[in-house]
Amino acid sequence: MQFFAIQRIIGLLLIIFSVTQLPPVIVSLIYDDGVLNSFLITFVVTVATGLVLWIPVSRSRKELRLRDGFIVVVAFWTVLGLFGSLPLILSEYITISITDAIFESISGLTTTGATVITNIDTLPKSILYYRQQLQWLGGMGIVVLAVAIMPMLGIGGMSLYRAETPGPMKDSKLTPRLTETAKALWYIYLTLTILCGLGYWFAGMSAFDAIAHSFATVSIGGFSTHNASMGFFIDKPLIEVTAIIFMFLSGINFALHFTSWRSRSIKAYLMDAEFQTYVSILLFAIIISTGYLFFKGQFATADQTILYSIFHVVSIGTTTGFTTQQYHLWPGFLPVMLLFLSFIGGCAGSTGGGMKVIRFLLLFKQGKREIMRVIHPNAVLSIKVGGKPLQPRVIESVWGFFSVYVATFSVMLLLLMFLGLDQVTAFSAVAACMNNLGPGLNEVGLNYASLDDGVKWILCFAMLLGRLEIFTLLVLLTPAFWRQ
Amino acid sequence: MKIIILGAGQVGSSLAENLVSEDNDITIVDTNTSQLRALQDRLDLRTVAGQASHPDILQNAGAQDADMIIAVTDSDETNLVACQIAYTLFHTPTKIARIRSMAYLSERDKLFTQDAFPIDVSISPEQIITDNIFRLIEHPGSLQVLDFADGQVQMVGVKAFYGGPLVGSELKAIREHIPNVETRVAAIYRRGHAIIPEGHTVIEADDEVFFIAATKDIRAVMSELRRIDTPYKRIMVVGGGNIGKRVAKSLEYNYNVKLIDHNLERSEEIANELDKTLVIHGDAADQELLQEEGIDKIDVFCALTNDDEANILSSMLAKRMGARKVMTLINRAAYVDLIQSGDIDIAISPQQATIGSLLTHIRRGDVVKVHSLRRGAAEAIEAIAHGEPSSSKVVGKSIEDIKLPPGTTIGAIVRGKDVIIVHHDTIIQSEDHVIMFLVDKKFIPVVERLFQVGITFI
Repeated sequence: MQFFAIQRIIGLLLIIFSVTQLPPVIVSLIYDDGVLNSFLITFVVTVATGLVLWIPVSRSRKELRLRDGFIVVVAFWTVLGLFGSLPLILSEYITISITDAIFESISGLTTTGATVITNIDTLPKSILYYRQQLQWLGGMGIVVLAVAIMPMLGIGGMSLYRAETPGPMKDSKLTPRLTETAKALWYIYLTLTILCGLGYWFAGMSAFDAIAHSFATVSIGGFSTHNASMGFFIDKPLIEVTAIIFMFLSGINFALHFTSWRSRSIKAYLMDAEFQTYVSILLFAIIISTGYLFFKGQFATADQTILYSIFHVVSIGTTTGFTTQQYHLWPGFLPVMLLFLSFIGGCAGSTGGGMKVIRFLLLFKQGKREIMRVIHPNAVLSIKVGGKPLQPRVIESVWGFFSVYVATFSVMLLLLMFLGLDQVTAFSAVAACMNNLGPGLNEVGLNYASLDDGVKWILCFAMLLGRLEIFTLLVLLTPAFWRQ
Repeated sequence: MKIIILGAGQVGSSLAENLVSEDNDITIVDTNTSQLRALQDRLDLRTVAGQASHPDILQNAGAQDADMIIAVTDSDETNLVACQIAYTLFHTPTKIARIRSMAYLSERDKLFTQDAFPIDVSISPEQIITDNIFRLIEHPGSLQVLDFADGQVQMVGVKAFYGGPLVGSELKAIREHIPNVETRVAAIYRRGHAIIPEGHTVIEADDEVFFIAATKDIRAVMSELRRIDTPYKRIMVVGGGNIGKRVAKSLEYNYNVKLIDHNLERSEEIANELDKTLVIHGDAADQELLQEEGIDKIDVFCALTNDDEANILSSMLAKRMGARKVMTLINRAAYVDLIQSGDIDIAISPQQATIGSLLTHIRRGDVVKVHSLRRGAAEAIEAIAHGEPSSSKVVGKSIEDIKLPPGTTIGAIVRGKDVIIVHHDTIIQSEDHVIMFLVDKKFIPVVERLFQVGITFI
């Protein structure tokens, strides 16, 4: 373990993070909302902590080892999650406990979008902006870390792509040099954000709302600057259409965006098995939910039924968590079906959460293979993605992931019920946090304010677990990892 | 003609056997001396022992004045190099190489040119056999399907059965039965003997009838000779070798294909490579396994391993257990006569399939396609007529005026895109593709001479 090297990286990370306190300062100056000081204090505290960590070891020339990568990845979300809560704690305009502030901050950075704040509309503009910015930073962290760095550690959904090059990507690294890859992904992320912001603006949002919501859309976060979430703009359907488009795009593997952008053709998308599955799942869910809403006569007009149905399927399916309706009050099985969609989540290498489409696809194929085995005991069956056979190792790892996912899910569900939550609330809260979705059902349908502190800490852990695709975090909790 | 054959394997030796009987000077090269000795004892040819691609060996074999070199060793690379050397050092005019690997074949347009590998013709036996089986499965009930003129015309061999509307009537009745379809019966084999069909010939049950027709009309004609078989759906392939795998691959999107192989590693390899085929690891002669995989519902059972005995036994077992049609790959010519007409519906001989495509290049005159039939005794030929009425023995003449050797029939002419089923008064024009059936191969030189252009043509 290269502690000095890790310390240096975390120090650097904090110094860079402190810079992100400056845009809210500018927002605060523009709107003169009086929160200026809390951001400045946070800036000073963060930069000071960073320097304290960094200066003593800045001359250390020790290189990071592969194993240290786990710590760096986990630190990105935990350390920044803690420091990110400072402005919320310091600001006198919102009375918020430390637990709540940290919950909000981690929910932002992990792009979950679960909130404990009930009076969002009355918050100072700079705080509102800051929450959105946290999600955007978190999304950027995912794109760069999950696509460029985590596959090197052999963790995360993208590492599945490394084993046997299914799909268009010949290597998990898109360009020969890591920094180039990160830069390319960052450009794509930025481009999507700008396009999304412009889209919202043209569709009728104010400039502030357009920027704020574009941050939360492209990062698949789901924070809004209004209590009613996207429902605030219910009279402007074009905004919902824009949101649908960009949530859908952000749920796609960013490596695919990169490949198709470089080859200037959409062939890369169409050829990709994960993308095909992603689209089919969404379409399938849209058809079912639209049909059922029609059948139940939930909305007055057909346009509304179709728009709301598509919006919520895409929003929940990609784990964004924007809502325009109180979907948790929809009739019958629909809320639960949508919640289950979030387990599948976005594609590997996207900003979406959940178990990732590629894993679902492999689990499905594996299940199908077992059925075929029963019918033809002597058959030799191989699992293929995009026409290429997969190594048994990859399929094992998916099963491993799935079992640990279910196990940790069950433990947290039981803990929450032990702490007094009813079953639906507990189940949906763990699902919504672990899949980085945001809104759940029942008590947590709108916000998480009513929960106990203990519950919130467990859910913070759930959000981190989900974001770090479980193994990254769990591996740090094993003694074997720390043994020299 | 002076021909050097490199490689005395199955294809090489049966090719030698065919060519020797046609009055050619054959030299055959191989590293296996006992194989060479066996050949020399049996056939009138010269043998050279050694590595086929070495210049000194080629020189020994007489490459400097050879007309043609045919490289059919096991190794694609040896074949390629031998042709390259023959071209560079000895300027051999015609070079034919057997190329198995798809990796080379898929780039054949760029690779096999005068500046790269100077190969005039590359043949791939596996592909030829695969195409053969594919056509047989496409036309249920046929014993043999031969393509001519890029598939515009086909010659099909079928067995006539009781219940076919035409069985028991004279050939000329065919026009009344199917007035819109043009066809011509090229030959009839009755109890192993050829009959030259005339208008008043009566088709009997169990006759093997070879007829020629445009590809789209094949089905209509077949339905006159037997109750038409319903199209095949379920295919079972035994053996995951090169042929088995290719057959499965070419069929898997249109048919329900199962492939059985006894080698687990090979099965896994194939399962990875094929998309829809169900690959089963096991022994094709295992009754339980066949039962489990629903052998009684299988339409075509193809035994395509490289082991003749295993192929024959598993095919017989499959037939006994209810497979509708069985096709068997048989290398040894002696077995072919032994089993056909028994339980096995169609015996496929790899040599015969391959030799046809080699013979195409050995025939004189502008011959574009040769199919060797009935163990090489008969041949179906597609030749192009050239020249002027004054210089050619066929151009400008009607069919009845052409002096064809006995046992030879002209079945069809392809003129550009048109398929013309010939009548006695059809006149052949220059550049026509003429499709003929020769019951007896000994008259081939006569036919060759017919299609060679006279001296006066410049």
